[in-house]
Amino acid sequence: MYKSLRQGDSGMVPVVVGLLLLVTYFQIRNAAFLSSGNLVNLFVQATIFILLGMAEIWVLLLGEIDLSIGITSVLGGAVAVILVDPQFHWSWFLALPAGILVVTLIGALYGMIVVRLNVPSFIVTLAGFLAFQGVLIYIVDSQGTGGTIPVHEKVLYNLVYGNLTPLWTWILAIEGVAIMCYRIIKRDINRRASGLVTEPLTYVVVKVVLLVAVGLILAKIFDANRGTFIVLRGMPFAIPIDIGVLVAGTFILTRTKAGRYINAIGGNSEAVRRAGVRVNRYRLLAFVLTGVTGGIGGLLYVSQLNGVNDGPPSTLTLYAIAAAVIGGTSLFGGRGKMIHAVVGGLIIATIYNGMALLSMSASTQYVVTGIVLLAAVTVDSVARRNSATK
Amino acid sequence: MDTTPESPNLSASPKGPSEQSGSGVASSSVPLLSLRGVSKNFGPVQAIQGVNLDVPDGQVTALIGDNGAGKSVLIKTISGIWPPSEGKIFWKGEEVHNHSPRGAAALGIATVYQDLALCDNLDIVQNMYLGREETKFGALDEIKMELATNQLLKDLSVSTVKSVRQLVASLSGGQRQAIAVARAVMRDSRLVILDEPTAALGVSQTRQVLELIRTLSSRGIAVLVISHNLNDVFSVADRIAVMHLGSLVSNGPISDYDTNSAVELITTGHSSRVPTTLAPSS
Ligand SMILES: Nc1ncnc2c1ncn2[C@@H]1O[C@H](COP(=O)(O)OP(=O)(O)OP(=O)(O)O)[C@@H](O)[C@H]1O
Ligand SMILES: [Mg+2]
Repeated sequence: MYKSLRQGDSGMVPVVVGLLLLVTYFQIRNAAFLSSGNLVNLFVQATIFILLGMAEIWVLLLGEIDLSIGITSVLGGAVAVILVDPQFHWSWFLALPAGILVVTLIGALYGMIVVRLNVPSFIVTLAGFLAFQGVLIYIVDSQGTGGTIPVHEKVLYNLVYGNLTPLWTWILAIEGVAIMCYRIIKRDINRRASGLVTEPLTYVVVKVVLLVAVGLILAKIFDANRGTFIVLRGMPFAIPIDIGVLVAGTFILTRTKAGRYINAIGGNSEAVRRAGVRVNRYRLLAFVLTGVTGGIGGLLYVSQLNGVNDGPPSTLTLYAIAAAVIGGTSLFGGRGKMIHAVVGGLIIATIYNGMALLSMSASTQYVVTGIVLLAAVTVDSVARRNSATK
Repeated sequence: MDTTPESPNLSASPKGPSEQSGSGVASSSVPLLSLRGVSKNFGPVQAIQGVNLDVPDGQVTALIGDNGAGKSVLIKTISGIWPPSEGKIFWKGEEVHNHSPRGAAALGIATVYQDLALCDNLDIVQNMYLGREETKFGALDEIKMELATNQLLKDLSVSTVKSVRQLVASLSGGQRQAIAVARAVMRDSRLVILDEPTAALGVSQTRQVLELIRTLSSRGIAVLVISHNLNDVFSVADRIAVMHLGSLVSNGPISDYDTNSAVELITTGHSSRVPTTLAPSS
């Protein structure tokens, strides 16, 4: 009986094993791979794939797709970079939300066109990919700084390059682990108290132990000095930002009506409509949430790049979709979780980072990422077919 | 022509609401649901035309007719899946405008469609509460919904599902049917519409659904049930409505019919023994 309870989690085991295999491979080839300096670097690289992957999951759940998120998110980032630039000199707490707002409005526009005019989302967002690429190049070039705008503002710069102090790193890690353990245990207690079927106790214990272990290891990695000339310790701000979005997204998806409907629409939208739900409202909402999440990702992107240039990142969208799909989200709607983007994003960042460490060429990286994507989806669909015919 | 749309309150049609012999809820002679001159076409295809139907409160009305007679189209029209092409729908004597699934649900109409309308990617509890989830401080109250689902399935003697946290995709046809029926029952409805609820069920589950239908009507809930099984119809229905080639050809208390006349009406659209309720449509 508890097997069905676990259905949701056990699906991720193959991907996590795949990730561990990749990590093992790179560590054998280069002992620096698992150094705290490199791992922190890898996590920061992953944060962007993860955020954009999470952005993509909102629309993928509906059975829709956003082919432009890698461009629109950077466009939002560019707006923030320009607004904090000396010539406009906006304060960061206005400029950063403004950047997110741009991407959100684009998401709302897509949603409106898809929902009201019934145009397939891959066409709408493909058009957006082309058009907003042009807009991005235009606004960057029009600043007259030779096609590159650097970030001079501290907060935006620090999103990726700033760190929590070691003390705060530990506080955050311990608090995070404690809250998650509390939730797992409380859920179990509540279900027991209500006389509902519960997971076996060992399973709960294993989950808690794993959580504590992962939390401590991560805190240790972030706490270690990874500087060469100066002391460099603590968790980069990008990490808690990702975790915050992960928690918020997961909450919306699993604990609110809106999340329930977004899931359900991907399963059978006519059934949802007949249940009296305003389906179009929630489809639009998913596009908006893609925009919000992507907007945050765009800020991290320009922070990491330390600016924005007029050579738009044409592959970023594909990495976002790949992160979601490698993690286990279906391209056809109805199946997806925010955590999928985390695992998928980590896999992509691992390949990216590990291959650079082994000084493999960019061409090899593309090929390998492609193969991993194919392998992940194939393993997934084969596993699914087996369980369906069981 | 007496197929002209008119208010059931003023209706002079032979089976008008004023002549209805109410059962449990005799206080009101106005039918719970009335259709007047309802038609629905899909482009050139006239699926139903000029349907006048009264569904009284607290009774079981069986809707019968051959394949393609328009039964499903009729109940989908009642459920607000699409607006009627022509005609009017009255709820407790009041005309219903802007009919939609949402509006139908608000009136208290719950429908189990022939295709069941379940989300395969959600579990049983999530399907049961789709569109009317219980919340606590804005968050879904999963425990409350799961407990209530367990209780309801127990009440309805649906004992074959292993866990209510099973995905609906993993259920058998009969189990899916049972879940869809249970969902309609749960919704505190005034009128439960069932489109061939027993078609996929085994003997004992069929008996359970029929039992369930009787329970509903004894609680004063109106039931409109489509069935091809005349044994079921005669064992459970208080009234019969017959459709033939898109028209409602007969509608009256079950005592006016027997199996032979029902078969005759289904196949030919008229019967020597039962007065048909409609002037033949032009
Ligand atoms: N969405 C639709 N578009 C076009 N035609 C339709 C549609 N739905 C039903 N029809 C047509 O309307 C007619 C009546 O169909 P309906 O489904 O109501 O039959 P039914 O009485 O429910 O039959 P059954 O007993 O086989 O379920 C059929 O000719 C059918 O082809
Ligand atoms: Mg039908």
